[in-house]
Amino acid sequence: MNTLILRTIVPLLTGLMVIYSIVVLLAGHNDPGGGFIGGLIAASAFALYGIACGVAPVRRALYFHPVSIAAFGMLLSALSGVISLYKGVPFLTGLWWFPEIAKGVEVPLSTPLMFDIGVWLVVVGSLVTIALALEEKE
Amino acid sequence: MIGYLVLTPFLAALLAPVLVFLLGHRASWILALVPGYLLYRFFDFVPAVAKGETVLQSHEWLSGFGINYSFMIDGLSLTFAFLILGIGFFIVIYAGGYLKGHQHLGRFLAVLLAFMGSMLGLVVSDNLITLFVFWELTSITSFLLIGFDNEREASRRAALQALIITGLGGLVMLAGFTLIGLVGGTFELSELLSKGDVIKEHGLYSLMFWLVMAGAFTKSAQVPFHSWLPNAMEAPTPVSAYLHSATMVKAGVFLLMRTYPMLGETELWETVLPLFGGATLLVGTVLAVRDKDMKLMLAYTTVASLGLLVLMLGVGGERAIEGAVLYLIAHSFFKGALFMVVGTVDHEAGTRQIDKLSGLRSAMPITALAAALAALSMCGLPPFIGFLAKESIYNSLTHGGLHEWTIAIVAIVGNALMFGVAASIAIRPFMGKWVDPPKAVHEGPVMLFLGPLVLSITGLVTALFALQFMQMNFFSPMVSAVAGKEITLDLHLWHGINPALILSVVTVGLGIGVFVFTNELKKIFDKVLNFINWGPDKGFDQAICFLTWFAGHFTRILQTGEIRTYMRITFLITALTLLIPMYKLNIWPNMPSFPKLSLWEIGVFVILVIGILQVVFARTRLTAIISLGIQGFSVALIFMLFGAPDLSFTQFMVETLSVVIIALVLTRLQLMKQDRRSVPSLIFDGLVAISVGVGMGALLMNITQMPLDLRLSEFFSTYSAAIAHGRNIVNVILVDFRAIDTLGEITVVLITGVSALALIRVKAIPEKKTKTTKGSPALKETS
Amino acid sequence: MESYLSILVGLYFAGSVYLLLSQSLVRILIGIALLGNGVNLLIFTSGRITRGVPPIIEKGAKVAEASIANPLPQALILTAIVISFALFAFVLVLSYRAYQEIGTDDTAKMRIAEPVEPSHLPKGY
Repeated sequence: MNTLILRTIVPLLTGLMVIYSIVVLLAGHNDPGGGFIGGLIAASAFALYGIACGVAPVRRALYFHPVSIAAFGMLLSALSGVISLYKGVPFLTGLWWFPEIAKGVEVPLSTPLMFDIGVWLVVVGSLVTIALALEEKE
Repeated sequence: MIGYLVLTPFLAALLAPVLVFLLGHRASWILALVPGYLLYRFFDFVPAVAKGETVLQSHEWLSGFGINYSFMIDGLSLTFAFLILGIGFFIVIYAGGYLKGHQHLGRFLAVLLAFMGSMLGLVVSDNLITLFVFWELTSITSFLLIGFDNEREASRRAALQALIITGLGGLVMLAGFTLIGLVGGTFELSELLSKGDVIKEHGLYSLMFWLVMAGAFTKSAQVPFHSWLPNAMEAPTPVSAYLHSATMVKAGVFLLMRTYPMLGETELWETVLPLFGGATLLVGTVLAVRDKDMKLMLAYTTVASLGLLVLMLGVGGERAIEGAVLYLIAHSFFKGALFMVVGTVDHEAGTRQIDKLSGLRSAMPITALAAALAALSMCGLPPFIGFLAKESIYNSLTHGGLHEWTIAIVAIVGNALMFGVAASIAIRPFMGKWVDPPKAVHEGPVMLFLGPLVLSITGLVTALFALQFMQMNFFSPMVSAVAGKEITLDLHLWHGINPALILSVVTVGLGIGVFVFTNELKKIFDKVLNFINWGPDKGFDQAICFLTWFAGHFTRILQTGEIRTYMRITFLITALTLLIPMYKLNIWPNMPSFPKLSLWEIGVFVILVIGILQVVFARTRLTAIISLGIQGFSVALIFMLFGAPDLSFTQFMVETLSVVIIALVLTRLQLMKQDRRSVPSLIFDGLVAISVGVGMGALLMNITQMPLDLRLSEFFSTYSAAIAHGRNIVNVILVDFRAIDTLGEITVVLITGVSALALIRVKAIPEKKTKTTKGSPALKETS
Repeated sequence: MESYLSILVGLYFAGSVYLLLSQSLVRILIGIALLGNGVNLLIFTSGRITRGVPPIIEKGAKVAEASIANPLPQALILTAIVISFALFAFVLVLSYRAYQEIGTDDTAKMRIAEPVEPSHLPKGY
């Protein structure tokens, strides 16, 4: 699909979609969204980018190999469970911190968040792997 | 302590290869110390056993199941232990001489010692299950030893045959043991033996009997299971002498003796055992006379002797047991010795065909002497232990009616034929004119003649000088143990002229006749057997061939290799499991209510139905892709309409990605315009598909008409915000409440990604073509 | 409401089974995709259907309203969608590679593992 319009617009679109997917990921705990949905959005973005501009730019943009990204996500999710072990609670128990970065502004950090980011990375990594592998075989 | 003694040979087996590596064949002198030492330790039990005591020792194993590593030493097991260790001592030495310089001597000695340990464990076991374990261990070690020369097909076949026959028999026996254990309430033999009446009067007695007999008869090579024993002669001679004449094949007889107080002296026992034993005796001797290979001749006489032992146990009573016990001991001595003699002749002269050997006495005087002494014992001539044994046997048979006399005639015929074979083996190769054998012959080294000489002399000394001692310490306790009551023997070489002596004389006379007319007999037997031209050995081959044929074809029926057949079977059964219970139990769903739908709901449903139908009947790939997308997005709309925004978003994204990758694949993979289905298969597939659809739909209606347990959902709704700090309950379930499930699910996703990558990459390596085109597809595309 | 969806699920199953019984690889793939959707709808329906209210707790509230949709099947389906998609993608790649290697999409001819000619059975030992 070697059209000029697509090639011009898709990099921009990909960037927007990835940002949106991160928003969906972070909003997921309270509003519709989460790691799975976010991951799918980001994966579609990269797949689209691959179709429009070829595989090589996508690989450059990702910097890491998609399988490594997925594996790192897996590690992150598993580690989020290990943290609770150090606190003396069962594996994968959710832990929360509410550090105050400015007066009256609390940033909720938690192991479920870390876990969800891991999910996001696994979904993005795995699906981009498959999509790129198929796109590459022209 | 007994447990550790039993384990010693296994430990020595681990050492054997190392010792052989260091010392060569001389290592067998050191390894022979193991049975020697054990022999010394077992002497500790002699005084107690002679007094009629039973030594019991137990280590807990699976005591919850009544299975213990427990041991019993009484007259029976002690005598067997002495035979195993005593003969084993000489066999280990003999093996070193026989396989001198063989590259696998270490392995051979290791398995031989492991066998010794298993056999020892078998005879001293008190627990039926432990006994079974050792029993199968002897089958396995025997398999390894018969197949020692594993590069020859005959050897492999013989090993496999022995393993299959004795192993299967053992498994059947295990069923019998289990049954006995359940009926008797314990697996400990020492307790079971006193409960003989409980078992004999139980309704399942005959079943237990036959199951145990299956083990005993296969192991002790009774007709028609005898064919594995002559075939086992493929093994090196030390194995034949040790396992297949002196010890392992007697395990079956041992089992009969052990269980005699429990299962014996019933009508069934006294009918079945003489029948099998007598048939085995006659078949064995006839085949022995017919053969020319001295090792095979001995093997067949072993079969015959085992038959005689079973026959005597079947007769029952103190005298018959006495005969069986004496014959068993005598047989171990003379047959072990004769096997080793034949092995030595084979080793030194290069052949063991009886018609190619003659006049060896001058070249191998010591071997000739050992052969003569052993053969005299086998012939049952005084003053050898063989004579004592035969006298006892005849003695027990001359005190009864017609039944006993019939058995006596069978025994006389068998013994006479064995006499002929024994005489042939002792006389033909050694006496007569000198004939040049294939190898320059000379006396074997000490390692080779020590064993046969000592064993054959033992047969003489026992009867002549040590009768009182043996009688008190071994024979009487053993007979008592078998009969299950205190019996004191009174054996003498000379009893005066009695019917038994007369029968002995008749046997000797007939035996000389057999020896003289051996060639004529051979011809007659040959004719008869050639006429029959079928035996259990052939039968075994046919059974194995049938089994492989059957397995092959059966597999072919089940596994056609067509995915369509598998799918059809799977879904047909799915449909039946859905519909048959509903039909049988009459639990069809009630007529559901159809509430009024809003306009957009109707719209979504209609689009969805059209989408599905389009997908199913698509004729071009474009239609297929588009309609697949339509139905997917419609599902997303349904999720949206019914309160599942998360699902809706996910479904939208998934459908988008699906369409993308399907399009990527389908640009290269053609969709056939015509679905290759004939009309009958179209109807069949359609019916199966509709049945599954109706079944699933009805199931779902049924489910939705039943009350729903909402406790879990309520729990999540209640605590999601309160303790997990999240308002999106679905997401909280995923990342917090059920996070470990999600962890598993992302693992699946990761694995599919990695495997898809591997699948794509796997071809690129061997084929150069793809490598060159693969160069930089991206650049090509953008350029 | 559930009655409509039950019929729909039945239709999904019938269609996908019909496709799965085909001899053409591509139709089997489409059948798998269809089956995934059917199963998801099955789980969704068996958790009962509510119009409109998503399982999200109001801002500031601690406990959800009573009328929200059942969140449990949704959590199950959410992962099921992603997994069935991943599986579908994998099967696509697998079929594509098989097609490349064997040169046919007719499953009756894809018989490398189980050839038509009976392999040489051992005749004994």
